[in-house]
Amino acid sequence: MNIKTFVKKAGPYIYMVPAMAVFAVFLFFPFFKTIYLSLYKTNKMGQAKLYVGLLNYADLLNSPSFFNSLLVTAIFVVIVVSVSMLLGLIAAVLCSKTFPGIRIFSTAYALPMAIASSSAAMIFKIMLHPSIGIVNKILGFHINWISDPKYALACVALLTGWLNSGINFLYFSAGLSNIDETIYERASVDGANSIQRFFFLTLPGLSPIMFYTLVVNIIQAFQSFGQVKVLTQGGPGESTNLIVYSIYRDAFFNYRFGSAAAQSVLLFLIIMILTLCMFRLEKKGVSY
Amino acid sequence: MDSVITTAAKEINRDEMEKLKRSAAQKALFRRRTGKFALVIVNLAMSIFVLLPLLYAVSIAFMPSSELFTTDMNLIPGNPTLENFRQAMVKIPLNRFIVNSFIVAGCITFGQILSCSLAAFSFSFLDFKGKNLLFMVVMATMMIPGEATIISNYLTVSRLHWLDSYKVLIIPYLTSAMGIFLFRQFYKSFPISLYESARIDGCSNLRFIYSILIPLTKSAIGAMAVYTFINAWNMYMWPLLVTGSDRMRTVQIGIGMLDSVDSQSISMMIAGVVMIIIPSISVFIAGQRQLIRGMFSGAVKG
Repeated sequence: MNIKTFVKKAGPYIYMVPAMAVFAVFLFFPFFKTIYLSLYKTNKMGQAKLYVGLLNYADLLNSPSFFNSLLVTAIFVVIVVSVSMLLGLIAAVLCSKTFPGIRIFSTAYALPMAIASSSAAMIFKIMLHPSIGIVNKILGFHINWISDPKYALACVALLTGWLNSGINFLYFSAGLSNIDETIYERASVDGANSIQRFFFLTLPGLSPIMFYTLVVNIIQAFQSFGQVKVLTQGGPGESTNLIVYSIYRDAFFNYRFGSAAAQSVLLFLIIMILTLCMFRLEKKGVSY
Repeated sequence: MDSVITTAAKEINRDEMEKLKRSAAQKALFRRRTGKFALVIVNLAMSIFVLLPLLYAVSIAFMPSSELFTTDMNLIPGNPTLENFRQAMVKIPLNRFIVNSFIVAGCITFGQILSCSLAAFSFSFLDFKGKNLLFMVVMATMMIPGEATIISNYLTVSRLHWLDSYKVLIIPYLTSAMGIFLFRQFYKSFPISLYESARIDGCSNLRFIYSILIPLTKSAIGAMAVYTFINAWNMYMWPLLVTGSDRMRTVQIGIGMLDSVDSQSISMMIAGVVMIIIPSISVFIAGQRQLIRGMFSGAVKG
């Protein structure tokens, strides 16, 4: 084979090399390595030492701490997704008609997406401070939000909902601009009031993008880490021990890499199943 | 509406009708104006609500510590001061962290745009065996959360003795499935004949990418650059694991060093936070329109 035909054959693959090399080394390899590690007991250096089969998984499923972390994560995801989608939707509806200054307002609504979870967590830490925090001052409470197991999870979830609301605003704004204006005119001629118009025209019109946004939001919420690390460190007790934080703690504090790897695999399965379920549902339920 | 007007018109004379019309138009205008005004007011309230954490942070950053520690309402600093910012710069090597973050985020942004556009070019203009399978594999990687591979990645880089270096912060993030998808979506809108005629005229593939594709996809590149830069700037978990010294820390990790809730440091810490939020917010505001146009022209369509 001469060089020219070789170049012609290999050419298309050569353009893939940079991307594929990074995927191979930092995504595919670690992905399978994680599965492999999850079947072993490891030493402190993270080297697989003793094959134990599914024992790590069995241990997890028998561990109240892991179930707690799943439950906490589920509650967290529900709060985060509802708060962030609601904020994004309200903001998008408010910006759906033009008015003076709309550009400034839409920048403001999208802005949380530019803020790091760790920075936001530090700001919230001060806002929720029991004696000098603005939240207690405005509401007139004396609650120690972050150290109280009753409130800590909600605080972290609200913070995350706020952070994620920015991109939802963009999604919903794009969705709203796709809705045909004339159906609103026809509806008002038929005497529909604005609440009816919102529920019977706007929401169904948004359903395709709503669905996409929901999936993205759930996946994003599952992956929250920085805010937990900065704000609560999984505590008080284990009340904010979200699954990613639990993986981090098991691997890098307790050096139980096998167990952490098993949790990582379960996290991957949960996200995969959710994604697939939703694509299934999308085909059945949502009207276009 | 029409029918009401015509029946009314039969019963009243022209003059009265003119008047009626004018007053109706005026009323409508008035209603529209008050509607707009109300909308602005509601938006103002909502945006203050959304931005409250940021506004509060900025206000505290300028507040002397003595003012912060009262039980009274203290929304706005009475005697604004820059002392907190100065303190934050002195207490930790914030300059170094900011430089590190710019280097890391800049390299990641540039690298992702390069690797993703090359791969997307191959996917959309070239034919080769296993193309569809390979593309599906790339798309499937979106389902693997970064957190699920982070342990193995950490073990890999520590075995390679890469810890605490720029390369460990940059190299794992040099590509992204989303970027490949976004660029491919853009390239799909170009007719294949564009590529073919360029080839017939003797244009090499690289030249085609450099002088035709890249200029034509500026908006996609802009969107990608803004998105990637912000994400890289805000990266937390990976730098937390792989950097150990002040030399290599990025801003998000470095600022955590100011985080101890003793009385003196709170306003200083928030001043530091404000300083490191400014770059990502500026990039966002500057590139917002690009970002929106790029995000929604190809990738997401209802």
